[in-house]
Amino acid sequence: MSKTIDKTTVKHVAHLSRLELNDKELETYSGQLAAILSYIDKLNEIDTKDVAPTSHAIASLKNVFRKDVLKPSIGAKESLKNAPATEGDFFKVPQIIEGK
Amino acid sequence: MNYETVIGLEVHLQLSTNTKAFCGCSTKFGQPPNSQTCPVCLGFPGSLPVLNEEAFNYAIKVALALNCKIQDLIKFDRKNYYYPDLPKNFQISQYDMPLSYDGFVDISSGAKRKRIRIKRVHLEEDAGKLMHPAGENYSLVDYNRGGMPLLEIVTEPDLSSPEEAYDYLTKLKSILGYLKVSDCDMEKGSLRCDANISVRPRGETKLGTKVELKNMNSFKGVKLGLEYESKRQVAAIGDNEKLVQETRLWDVEKNITVSMRSKEEAQDYRYFPEPDLVPFVVDKITIEKVRKDLPELPEAKTDRFVKEFGLSEYDANVLTSDVDFAGYFETCARSYKNAKTIANWLMGDIMAQMNTRNAGIKELGLTADGLVALLKMIDSQAISGKMAKEVLLEAIETKKDPAIVVKEKGLSQISDSSKIEEVVSVVISREAKTVADYKNGKKAAITFLIGQIMKETRGKANPGLVNEILKKKLGE
Repeated sequence: MSKTIDKTTVKHVAHLSRLELNDKELETYSGQLAAILSYIDKLNEIDTKDVAPTSHAIASLKNVFRKDVLKPSIGAKESLKNAPATEGDFFKVPQIIEGK
Repeated sequence: MNYETVIGLEVHLQLSTNTKAFCGCSTKFGQPPNSQTCPVCLGFPGSLPVLNEEAFNYAIKVALALNCKIQDLIKFDRKNYYYPDLPKNFQISQYDMPLSYDGFVDISSGAKRKRIRIKRVHLEEDAGKLMHPAGENYSLVDYNRGGMPLLEIVTEPDLSSPEEAYDYLTKLKSILGYLKVSDCDMEKGSLRCDANISVRPRGETKLGTKVELKNMNSFKGVKLGLEYESKRQVAAIGDNEKLVQETRLWDVEKNITVSMRSKEEAQDYRYFPEPDLVPFVVDKITIEKVRKDLPELPEAKTDRFVKEFGLSEYDANVLTSDVDFAGYFETCARSYKNAKTIANWLMGDIMAQMNTRNAGIKELGLTADGLVALLKMIDSQAISGKMAKEVLLEAIETKKDPAIVVKEKGLSQISDSSKIEEVVSVVISREAKTVADYKNGKKAAITFLIGQIMKETRGKANPGLVNEILKKKLGE
């Protein structure tokens, strides 16, 4: 079964990932995404009638906890080391104000 | 046309664990920016989250206290969205298999009792904090809050007025206070509330267009915001305006709600299972143990206070609304017999002080022993009730023990009748004219004489005794 992904969908997905695509790229990716999804669709051909659903690869592993014990943080200096922009001990990002 | 309001609330509660939900960073409030961060809560590649057992236990506790069912298989999911308060571009949350579901909270709105259904209680991580320096074209991010354990408590749309929403929040906060899982401090943001509100003609079964209301920083703000929004929606329908599904912010300065004008496209969070966290299962025995170990909750305590101390249901309700307040009352009641007197003082002068000072009973600094000592001084007539009120105020103001305040101010009441008789005699002989007026039938003259006696004793004479002795002497 082959899938088709229209350009509007590709545009939407690209926006959700904050990617800017030009027309040519939209064309390319709609084809590629369709091919990928068709390939994944092959999984539907497998009979899973007797297989219990799971969300994880290691079905037997459950309840992995850690104790509520403090561990040293790495500190602001180390945290900010690779940040593209900082101010004082803050990460600096393009202006984000909700509603504006 | 007659409209009804339909409200659902979503409360976010920061759990007071020592460390964050998925890493060992501290959750301490008010620390320097980004000082409590690590590769896990910053979402560095290759880092792996591991769930904090205490946060999970707290969540189960809250879920059971809110009468929820615990999910057989609990799973975490990634909620994807791009916003700089999330360093990973997704939030670890829960989607289709939340920790718990189908609970309820019983509220009393005025004399009415109502059951508010809880849709779900789930565990997730908090986001970082954004700051917007005035006049600049950038924002600053502090990830200390990012990754803190957060409970989301969602009601069904069962609330039918802003008052009910307020009463629900009060009750919920009371229960959460008893569980000691959070400091529930709205000013610090450890308890936050969003609301969904719509209106519809009374009798209509279909829900109206819903508005999500945010940015209410107090329970009163929630009530005011909902009141405004319900009126706005009814007016809009009356004017044949089309209501749009949108998010609106409560403007606390202007007392209005304003549209966030967010993009009209539906939110698309593309939830999928968090592959880094395995599922969680709580066996029935553990659930029953946690349930059994829950503390006595406000309702049960109210019933007990009525039975054990003979209080009215109203008094018991007020006293049990806060766990510390209830505890304080019980401590007093252990060493002082008249429970109603304690209740009156707590709900009167002491609560008034708590409100003016915006303080809890603990912050007020008045010990239960101190209050009991004060009450006993009134009983033994060492001080009058009026004096006691002044002493209480002074004790709270100076953080001194009431007994010490009485001593320092020389406030002890004179209840020695021979001493009072002396003063009464002095005043009677000095104010011969007034005494004559009284004897000639001008009964009101006695007030002046009492005033003179109180003045002589600097207000310390036992008023009952003064009255009695004066009348006796005047009658001679």
